[in-house]
Amino acid sequence: MGALENSLPENVLTTSVDRLVNWARRSSVWPMTFGLACCAIEMMAVGCAHYDLDRFGAGAFRATPRQSDLMIVAGTVTFKMAGLIQRLYDQMPDPKYVIAMGACATGGGPYYHFGYHVVKGIDRVIPVDVYVPGCPPRPEALIDGIMALQAKIDREYVLRKKQETVVVGGEA
Amino acid sequence: MSFEEIQAQLEEAVPGAVVEAVTEPSKDPYLVVSKDRLVEVCKALRQDAGLGFDLLVSITAVDYLPTFGKKKNAKPKEGEDWGPGHFEAVYHFLSTVLNERIVLKVRIPKGEGEPIFPTISGIYPAADWHEREAYDLMGFGFEGHPDLRRILCDDDWVGHPLRKDYVFPKEFKGISAE
Repeated sequence: MGALENSLPENVLTTSVDRLVNWARRSSVWPMTFGLACCAIEMMAVGCAHYDLDRFGAGAFRATPRQSDLMIVAGTVTFKMAGLIQRLYDQMPDPKYVIAMGACATGGGPYYHFGYHVVKGIDRVIPVDVYVPGCPPRPEALIDGIMALQAKIDREYVLRKKQETVVVGGEA
Repeated sequence: MSFEEIQAQLEEAVPGAVVEAVTEPSKDPYLVVSKDRLVEVCKALRQDAGLGFDLLVSITAVDYLPTFGKKKNAKPKEGEDWGPGHFEAVYHFLSTVLNERIVLKVRIPKGEGEPIFPTISGIYPAADWHEREAYDLMGFGFEGHPDLRRILCDDDWVGHPLRKDYVFPKEFKGISAE
């Protein structure tokens, strides 16, 4: 929005498609109502009044994958559940994002060595955008993860082919 | 009513079914019941003996190694044979009539194929899912069970995870577990 604005009538802004679409996507990330273990309690806390995820436009938890943009894998993923998560992920419309919340979803957590039934990281099943460490992570940590995801969405290209992600401020 | 009184009443109702009664200080006393008489004993507990044990609290499955009960790092002396160990099913009952609890144990030595217990789901419907869990995680068979299939693990799971000789899976349905 520079010198061009002065030559245009009122209420006309100039911007790029990328910025406009990314702004819309980033500001209305709808997560799926979906929790697997104790991390889900923290996720619910984030959604409630005290932490209020709605401030970031990400508080509209949808009860169906078909209306969701974001899957927060909150909790321990067992082998029995992995196939169902895969199916839920496939049912989400593009563009879709995944946050691996907590130690279990990130890499198996405390079950890594002696858990016969736990998938050692949800990234073995579906692609993950943001990892949030913690056992369970504090609500602030999940909010930070969602903000990191929003920063990632901001760097996307809509019409051009996806280019290599630019690292901004040390974030990948 | 004390443990000894319950035991006496039970032995009167089902003579010879109780193999052993164990009372140790600071531990819950329990009765060891022979595998073949378990159903009779349960019937007596619930209906016949006037004890009113109408609640099955839990069924637990245990896999005992030969070293169980021995000192740490102890090894069998020459000529001594500890055997292959044994499987044990532990039944906890509560009588809402007497406000008393009783523990039954059924033991099956290893090395005689898969451990098969008689089902008590005909007497205590609560046993249905408990027995399914014991089957799923410990591989116990329950003769006469109406629907003995896995309850926790995936239907395609291989092996019984709580067995001492269980081998962890390398992968499951294409997901690596290493």
